[in-house]
Amino acid sequence: MIEARGLRKRFGAGEVLRGVDLSIARGRVTAIVGPNGAGKTTFIKSVLGLARPDSGTLTFDGAKIGDDHAYRARIGYMPQLARFPEHMTGAELIHLLRNLRGGASVNEELVAEFGIEGELRKQLRVLSGGTRQKVNAIAAFLFSPELYVLDEPTAGLDPVSSGILKARIRRERANGRTVLLTSHIMSEVEELTDDVIYLTDGVVRYSGALDHLKTAMGETNLERAIARLMLREAAA
Amino acid sequence: MSAGEMSVSVSAASAPASTAAHVRFSAVVLRVARYQARDVLRSRWLAVYGVFFLAVTEGLLRFAGGDARAILSIASIVLYVVPLVTIAFATVYLYSAREFIELLLAQPVDRRRLFFGLYLGLSVPLVSALLIGVCAPFVVHGFDDPTQRAMLAALLGAGAALTMIFTGVAFCIALWCEDRLKGLGFAIGVWMLCAIVYDGLVMAVVAAFADYPLERVMLALTLTNPVDLARVTLLLQLDVSALMGYTGAVFQQFLGGAVGTLVAAGALSLWIAAPVALGLRAFRRKDF
Repeated sequence: MIEARGLRKRFGAGEVLRGVDLSIARGRVTAIVGPNGAGKTTFIKSVLGLARPDSGTLTFDGAKIGDDHAYRARIGYMPQLARFPEHMTGAELIHLLRNLRGGASVNEELVAEFGIEGELRKQLRVLSGGTRQKVNAIAAFLFSPELYVLDEPTAGLDPVSSGILKARIRRERANGRTVLLTSHIMSEVEELTDDVIYLTDGVVRYSGALDHLKTAMGETNLERAIARLMLREAAA
Repeated sequence: MSAGEMSVSVSAASAPASTAAHVRFSAVVLRVARYQARDVLRSRWLAVYGVFFLAVTEGLLRFAGGDARAILSIASIVLYVVPLVTIAFATVYLYSAREFIELLLAQPVDRRRLFFGLYLGLSVPLVSALLIGVCAPFVVHGFDDPTQRAMLAALLGAGAALTMIFTGVAFCIALWCEDRLKGLGFAIGVWMLCAIVYDGLVMAVVAAFADYPLERVMLALTLTNPVDLARVTLLLQLDVSALMGYTGAVFQQFLGGAVGTLVAAGALSLWIAAPVALGLRAFRRKDF
């Protein structure tokens, strides 16, 4: 669904993406993992057209991601930080997003699952960080898009809510949707994903099936498999 | 807000079956502007801003002795306060709306529309607070003299123009400068330059080159400062040479009342367009 070839991006003095080659398969859950500053968010922002790569190609369903914004109607985005205008209510935010999509029909199952109908009538500034993160998740899942782009989706959520969101992600995958997420929680990645992309210093070190990574490293646990991968990198 | 807007569950049937790509330019601009303006209008600082003008106007109408003198006093306050509050409020707002703007950019909307929506969503509430704050006391006190009505209209026009200009400048600052503290510093710096340093500069030039004909230099200098330009436009309209200062007097002497007003108002319009154009350019090119 998404193909990147030789993607490079420089911010000021540092090069954040240094030739990223990867492909994200339709109908699967792909996790991008890697240390802070590895370029995960920059890559995600490139997919959304928020940041523009300096060189290389990035395509969405074969079409180059550029100035045409129509493809974003097929993407639901959950940013890392759930910061919204203070005096807006969750309901207003949902209405605005819906308006921007030409009144597309909305799927509000997640509102009911989180049980925050009442909270949506309050101004976002009075909500707790966790509740704001739920609003953030609802906004991404509102339009049943083909592709979900979730930047650390469960960060700040309590275990129950986190479980609800993960169940939702699995259900969307079962419905044939594609999910691209980042996470620092390896157990979560193991639980949710089919494919793993390991990114450090703006370069892809591993890209492929989760199971394959574990067998190749001779580990049964993703965390240790990645640790082994890092050690190998350091030795090489 | 209507009950319909509060309820989250919306049936798809009530919406036109248009896709985002077909949404008209103005429709997107107005939608973004409407929701954002609603957010800004609920801000406590905006209320304080409106009440400030309300109190100042009411006080001056009661004690300044005559509506004409009150309008002149309000004018001098507007020329200082509007640029300062606008640029500070808008800059702070834009930095805190950074993630919100990213979320909007991730929707199927192009950046031009989003920019104008955000610009109007911020500038319209600021203009409204000024208009309501200044007009309400005049309405309450009753106000029939047509010349004074024209003076008040000129004052509000100048205030609205300054708001549009400094909102645009705030966009440029917030888009160019990643660090919010530095950005706020720049914003205050721009205001000081326009409202305070500039006057000192004019004085210094006049004192240093007193023996030379400075009229054209002064004219050019006025065109570089939107605050001075607004002041001159306003005072030409109010026809009070005593308050015009050096640059205003030059304007009147060289261009006369009507032509001077036209030139100054034209330059003011360019001043509105320039930061908006620069901000739009930065917004379209920026990596968020």
